Amino acid sequence: MAYDYEQNSIKGNVHSLESFGLVDGPGVRYVVFLQGCALRCKYCHNPETWAADNGSQWTAQKLFDKVYRFKNYWKDNGGITVSGGEPLLQIDFVTEFFRLAKAKKVNTAIDTAGQPFRNDEKWLEKFKKLMDLTDLVILDFKEWDNEKHRSLTGMGNDNIKAMAQWLSDNGKDMWIRHVLVPGLTDGEDDLKSMSEFISTLKTVKKVEVLPYHAFGVPKWEKLGIPYELTDSVSPTDEEKKRAEELLNVNAYNG
Amino acid sequence: MVNFTQWEGFEGRLWQEEVNIRDFIQKNYQSYDGDESFLAGPTEATDKLWGELQKLQKEERAKGGVLDMDTSIVSTLTSHKPGYINEDMKDLEKVVGLQTDKPLKRAFMPFGGIRMAEQACTTYGYTPDPELHKIFTEYSRTHSDAVFSAYTPEMKKCRHAHIVTGLPDTYGRGRIVGDYRRVALYGIDFLVESKKKDFDNCGDGTMTVEVVRQREEIAMQIKALKELKLMAESYGYDISKPAQNAKEAVQWLYFGYLGAIKTQNGAAMSVGRISTFLDIYIQRDLDNGTLTESEAQELIDHLVMKFRMVKFARIPSYNQLFSGDPVWATLEVAGIGMDGRSMVTKNDFRFLHTLENMGPSPEPNLTILYSSKLPETFKKYAAHISIETSSVQYENDDVMKPVWGDDYSICCCVSATQTGKEIQFFGARANLAKCLLYAINGGVDEKELEQVGPKYAPITSEYLDYDEVIDKYLVMMDWLTGVYVNVLNLIHIMHDKYYYEAEEMALIDTDVRRSFATGIAGFSHVVDSLCAIKYAKVKTIRNQDGIVVDYEVEGDFPRYGNDDDRADEMAVWLLRTFIDKVKKHHTYRDSEPSTSILTITSNVVYGEATGSTPDGRKAGAPFAPGANPSYGAEQNGLLSSLNSVAKLPYTWALDGISNTQTISPDALGHDKAERVTNLVQVMDGYFDQGAHHLNVNVFGTEKLIDCMEHPEKEEYANFTIRVSGYAVKFINLTKKQQLDVIARTCHKAM
Repeated sequence: MAYDYEQNSIKGNVHSLESFGLVDGPGVRYVVFLQGCALRCKYCHNPETWAADNGSQWTAQKLFDKVYRFKNYWKDNGGITVSGGEPLLQIDFVTEFFRLAKAKKVNTAIDTAGQPFRNDEKWLEKFKKLMDLTDLVILDFKEWDNEKHRSLTGMGNDNIKAMAQWLSDNGKDMWIRHVLVPGLTDGEDDLKSMSEFISTLKTVKKVEVLPYHAFGVPKWEKLGIPYELTDSVSPTDEEKKRAEELLNVNAYNG
Repeated sequence: MVNFTQWEGFEGRLWQEEVNIRDFIQKNYQSYDGDESFLAGPTEATDKLWGELQKLQKEERAKGGVLDMDTSIVSTLTSHKPGYINEDMKDLEKVVGLQTDKPLKRAFMPFGGIRMAEQACTTYGYTPDPELHKIFTEYSRTHSDAVFSAYTPEMKKCRHAHIVTGLPDTYGRGRIVGDYRRVALYGIDFLVESKKKDFDNCGDGTMTVEVVRQREEIAMQIKALKELKLMAESYGYDISKPAQNAKEAVQWLYFGYLGAIKTQNGAAMSVGRISTFLDIYIQRDLDNGTLTESEAQELIDHLVMKFRMVKFARIPSYNQLFSGDPVWATLEVAGIGMDGRSMVTKNDFRFLHTLENMGPSPEPNLTILYSSKLPETFKKYAAHISIETSSVQYENDDVMKPVWGDDYSICCCVSATQTGKEIQFFGARANLAKCLLYAINGGVDEKELEQVGPKYAPITSEYLDYDEVIDKYLVMMDWLTGVYVNVLNLIHIMHDKYYYEAEEMALIDTDVRRSFATGIAGFSHVVDSLCAIKYAKVKTIRNQDGIVVDYEVEGDFPRYGNDDDRADEMAVWLLRTFIDKVKKHHTYRDSEPSTSILTITSNVVYGEATGSTPDGRKAGAPFAPGANPSYGAEQNGLLSSLNSVAKLPYTWALDGISNTQTISPDALGHDKAERVTNLVQVMDGYFDQGAHHLNVNVFGTEKLIDCMEHPEKEEYANFTIRVSGYAVKFINLTKKQQLDVIARTCHKAM
């Protein structure tokens, strides 16, 4: 293939870098947090990543050179995770970044809420290209019910369900994560429906319940955005356990 | 060649011809690559004794930190009658011997300095015998008196201004590790004979200063060995011959160490690399059927209990430097032999297991000689112990072995010396951050506001120019290293003369190699300051006399701790520049100069004594400890920080590069198994890059804050954390140091 200058000079908009990520994918991982997200989740703990135009500009090559220095720590299970913000909003950049990673046989994961997923041919073509270079998709499933999802995040979730289905149909490994906010995302029927849907997917390796926490509140205040969930508290261990049982998390341990 | 019946079943020949512990170990140890499932829990005796000791420790804390003190007996090898943890339980003690006649009672040790010994007593409400004052001032001299009588005015000024500080000029210098294993393998008589041979072969009859000194020293060593025998006799043991079983080997070895801590109050009184050695005896008894695993563990538990009891009488200013009553009873496990065989034995598991049988503890300072090539089972068990207790440290055997071989001991916090073949002259630290401020202010101290360094031309511009700063820094560092090395020369001459370590040196080869340690404080702040001057704009803020007392930084600059080569190469340059300057100077007794980037808890005191620095650090704020990046400098998490530290070449800082990191358990993984695997991976990745040292703490900031606010809670009585170079019970730190530890980055999940 001829040297594609355009592609190689593509810039990513990076929010922050974490060299020591141990919970965003298997093993020890370098996590790249990209800038920009279209969802407005009420519990978001990184609202400063919403705006598309903040952050620092990196070429994929420069970023990869920086990240690859950590290969010593990855051994046979770790690698890199691109998170956000919403990484799929910068799909071309992530694809180029992962192309460089796969050339060095680095394990790649993407942590996404699935919001940019479109079931149209042009988009899927790009997505497929990215998926060919991605080892694991960590899908944040925020809410089962479409309307509740809209109320929680500002958008519906039909396309997110479609993305999960696509990943299953195309044999792509995924972890599913659900943020548990007592009184908001812990409805029994919703969790049961979500669990049922997950059980129909063929490539789910892990289902995780992430307890809500209020660490992000000061950031909302700093940005001058009113925080609605002022009365919400973190779930108790029992509440977390209940959700884990409803989601049947023990059935997924790969 | 002699042959003792006590040696039956042991292989090898050379170690029987000469005192040679390494040869004995290599010919006889059995590597173990299994897991920890063989380990035994505490025996009833262990539980009882440890319970008793914990009661005493509680009483000690309630009494303000000291349980009891001697006021009229000068501590020597034979000064005290036998002491036990509890007279009524003495039959339960498998290993016996205390520093004084009572547990945790602190001995009176005036040879380092009578005033300090007295002040230590009066601080805690005790009145030292006036007769002792008379003896050690009118009839005799102490190390401290000798040093201060010879100091130059410049040296005194530097000491006062804290540009060199932490000097061992009022107490024992420590850092000399006797090869205590020799007592067990050979018995005292053999060792005396061997030293007599050295005495006979010392010089050709020409009485040069060197020969006379050496003859006197050997004579003192032989005397110490004979007294050591008497000390053991008072406990009912005859150690003239080799130990004949594991119990005796542990006891003989401990007597050797006890002799050291009865006669010397050095800052660091290391135990050394004893684990693999003792395993040989334990394994022989296990094979003979004369010892069970439970009994073997009991021996190690009781030995470790003794190491947890080592105490010295200290003064408040000492406690500020080295907080929490540390003694650096450093003890090593693991490592890989020169032939590639793992030196991990079952005993290495047993030593770590003491932290489970008796709970976490700062002493002994358990050190794992790490290599990614150690058996996976052992690496995982060590990581498990770290996660559960935060009580152990890791040092890279892969970088130390090529320099020190496979029988080195850690003589202090992190510095290696070849066991029984080498000693180190302890060298405290030079404050390189203050040196930078002197360069800018022409030798005027920014806190004292008086001339301390040479009166070179100060910088007069409003904004700092990088090239000008570097020019001035280099000449100021020339001056500082000169004064510093010579302060140390003076101290060590006097220490040899007035407070010679006869007992420890008796267990070290007569033809000994000496290293000359120096150290750096304020490392990260110099690096970041130079980066600020180079990559951003630094404006000087002057007082009415034109002395720069503060700085304003305009713009961003790279900082050490982010795996950014611009800053990290500055760090490498600083280290190289300093050690090269140190090496220019004459060092006492042909010792080999080295340096360390290691501050202990003194980073707080050094910071207090140092004005604002161009990196934005405010006057009086603590320095980052050891080789750690500065507070808040790290932008990309733990591994970036580790990568920066790993770039510092160990061979340029052979005295050690200390790095202390705290990881929140949640950030390390979802469950125990995952945390263990991840921690092993972090260490493999770090040490495979040639890094030297890592203190690993696993807990959240919340726990520290709760412990600071509720120190009375039972769960915090033994809560141990690693600080730069050692471990400490958190409740024993000063409030300032507790706040400092809390302020340090705790690596959490994003």
